[in-house]
Order: sequence, then structure tokens, then C-alpha cells
Amino acid sequence: MADTKTLDKSQLEEKKPLFGKRERRLITDPINDNNPITVQVLGICSALAITTQVSPAVVMTLAVIFVMGFANLFTSLLRHSIPKQVRMIVMLIIIAFLVTVVELSLKAINYPIYQELSVFIGLIITNCIIMGRLEAFAMADKPWPSFLDGVGNAMGYGAILIIVAFFRELFGSGSLMGWELFGPGEQFMINTDAHWWLSWYMPNNLMVLSASALFVIGILIWIHRAWNRKLIDVS
Amino acid sequence: MHSTSYVVKFILIVSTVVALVLASMATLLKPIHDRNEAIANKRSILFAVNDFLETPVRQMSDDEVLEIFESQIEQIVTDIDGNVLSKEEVQERGYPGGMAEHVNLGRERRKPLNEQIFPVFKFQATDQVLTIVSVRGNGLWDEIWANVALKPDLNTIAGVAFGHRAETPGLGAEINDNPRFAQQFQGTRLFDEEGNFRSVRVVKGRATDEYHEVDGVTGATVTNDGVTEMFNRGLQYYFDFFDKTKVQ
Repeated sequence: MADTKTLDKSQLEEKKPLFGKRERRLITDPINDNNPITVQVLGICSALAITTQVSPAVVMTLAVIFVMGFANLFTSLLRHSIPKQVRMIVMLIIIAFLVTVVELSLKAINYPIYQELSVFIGLIITNCIIMGRLEAFAMADKPWPSFLDGVGNAMGYGAILIIVAFFRELFGSGSLMGWELFGPGEQFMINTDAHWWLSWYMPNNLMVLSASALFVIGILIWIHRAWNRKLIDVS
Repeated sequence: MHSTSYVVKFILIVSTVVALVLASMATLLKPIHDRNEAIANKRSILFAVNDFLETPVRQMSDDEVLEIFESQIEQIVTDIDGNVLSKEEVQERGYPGGMAEHVNLGRERRKPLNEQIFPVFKFQATDQVLTIVSVRGNGLWDEIWANVALKPDLNTIAGVAFGHRAETPGLGAEINDNPRFAQQFQGTRLFDEEGNFRSVRVVKGRATDEYHEVDGVTGATVTNDGVTEMFNRGLQYYFDFFDKTKVQ
């Protein structure tokens, strides 16, 4: 039959690898060399607000990964049909839509965490990293790389969030993920009141206040730049 | 550039799709949300009698909370004069559930005093009946509230659970986050030996009066004063109810 003999030319085109070099860089770049918080210094406001404890920071990270990945994906899918005049509004609708999905699901799945994060989940909408990635990447690239770029940036953001939360919870309340490690009182694993040499220790209340997040982030930026030679003289 | 009519059409379609998806999601999840909210509210009430429960509230499963509320708690709604309201009367005041747990004090305190209603929970502990009442006042940033469990003499406090909307973490929010603050209230009394109402005051520095003072949270003067004010005012709303219960 003639039909079977005609070559389907679309099959000849080389398929791009699902996780090629570029795709891998899209994920790893924002975690280290182009971190949204420590290098681009974006998204600071939520990094101050929800880093007093590790577990809300982890939930926030997951929420941002979801919102950013899919916001990038949807924007990229629609990129040819979005009218340039109103692209910002369309992006905002997409982000707000995804954030509401997260909020509604979290309220159904884990109510205590929802109560703890309620305001800040809503504030993902104003997280400038997301808008920045939509505008800079998803409007100009294919869906799959856009999705990876979103996930990568959210992971870079989340990594810093969790590191900051680790230090603030450890030194602010003497606990990690709600496990009480050291502090004054019998509920802690190491009771510093009764300890033979830690009795001078008091949990530092400053670490619980948002100002301390700025100090921690500042120190992180310093360490990051000292350690990653590529970042020297970038800005 | 796209034409204006294209822009309008595009926005309309995108908004409609998003609105439909979100609306149906919210409707589908509403029963779960309501259930979660109700359980969170029940937990906050049970928290006042945490020490009288077999398992601490935090470790209880949702079903256990519902079970205890079903079997060990009697719900009463009272007005400022101590009259007990029937379920229908509560429903008429805008609470379709009609039970004490549905009464929203935040909404009630905006009404004139003689129209307000107050929730009371009678908790059947192993050897005594504890009366849990709710008070609400203002902290530094927004509302604070507390569920206060009273011993059968309606004088000694058996336990208190605090809540707040927006107090500062590490400072005012310690009323809720630091269990030691609420623990201090255990054993304090509302009345002195002559039967005069003294309430419980949150003081700076060290509390000297074992029965009527507790230590305040460091650096949270406004929240501390808010707690003092809330106890002093909010508990008085229940006095007529207490008098009528004692007579019976």
C-alpha cells in the first residue's frame, strides 16, 4: 500500500531529551548560581514572615513549587494567544487561580497548618519571583522548559526559606519541626536550666522576630558569595 | 498587537474558566472545610480542660474530639441575664447550628450588651463537672480570646486556653504559644474570701497574689493588659448565669 510506504517525516525530527543539559541547568541554576533570594534578592518579604519555624516553611515551599511550576506552564502554553497589552493581568489571574487552589486544598487537607499560614498563602500572589519568571521566561519559551524553570526557581527560594527557618527555630525556640531540643524547661530534651554547663543559655527572642531573618539572609548571602566564585563581581 | 475585541474576549474567557473551576472546587470542598473548622473550634474549647482528659488534645484524632464532644459535653447558650436560650432562639439570632459551639463572640460583642448571647460548655470529667465559658477582648493588633474552665464552685479556674488573631510571634503570641502562660491560671480564683469579684490580673514582674495574679509575658504589655481587661469584663457577663445555676 502506498500509504504505509510514505515516510512520516515528523518522526525523522530529532527528539529533544526530556532532561538534557539545558533542562538540568534550568533546575540547578536557580538553586545556586542564580538563586532568587541570595543572588537576585527577590521574594524577601515572605522569607521574613514565615521562617520562624521549619514546618510552615516546608509547606510554603511546596505551595510555591506548585504555584510557580504551573503558573509558568500555563503562561507558556498560552504565550502566543495572550494579548501583549494585558499580559500582566492574565498572569495575575493565573497566579491567583493557582494560589486559591492551594489555599482551598490545604484548608481541606491540613487545617492547623492552613490556620498558621493562611495570610501568607494568599501572599504568594504578590511574590515577585513568580511574576518575574513568568515575564522573563515563560512568555518566551516552550512549556516543558518553563515548567522546569518555575520548579527550579521555587526550589531555590524554598531552600533558602528552609535554611533560614532552621536557624531561627533552633536558636529562637530551641526546637526543630516542633521537636523541643534545648531550652529552659522540662519539656526540652536538654533542659538548659538543669544542665551542667549550658545553664547560661537562653533562647534568643530576637530570632523569632522578623528582623532576625534579615540578619540570617544577609549572612547567607555573604557566605554564598564567598563560596561561589562565579558570583563575585556579578553586580 | 491584538485588536481590542480580541483582548476583551480573551480576558472574558480566561476569567470565566478560572471562576468556574474555583467555584466548583470551593463548593465540592465546603463540607470538608466546615468539618475541619468545627473540629478546630472544638479542640480550642477542649484545650481549656486539657489536664482533665485522658489523652492531650494535640494528640487526639478528629474522631476522638467529636466523640468527647458528643458524650462528655453539654452545650448551653445564655444571655446577659442568665436565661438559657433554646436551640430555636439561638437559630433566630443568626446561628443556623443553634448550639453553643456555633456562637461567634466576635460577632456578639459588636451588638448592644442586652442582645448578646454567650456560650457555656459543661464538661463531665471523671469526678466533677467543669464549666467552660468564653471571653473575648482586644490585644495589641487584633482580637484575643480565651476559653476558661471553672471548677464546680464556679470560682477556681481549672484551666485556660488562649487564642489570638494577630499578636506578635515571640511576644504577645506567647499567650497561646507558650503553654506555661496558661498553666499559671490553674488554681487562681475569681472571687476573694468575702465573695467580691477580684478577677485574675496579669502583672509585670512577679505575681505576689497567689489567687488573683499571674506573671505577664515579657515585652507584651498591651497584650497582658488586654488579657486582664478581657477576664475582668468577660467573666462578669456570666455572673447572672452562675447565680441561677448555683440556686438550682
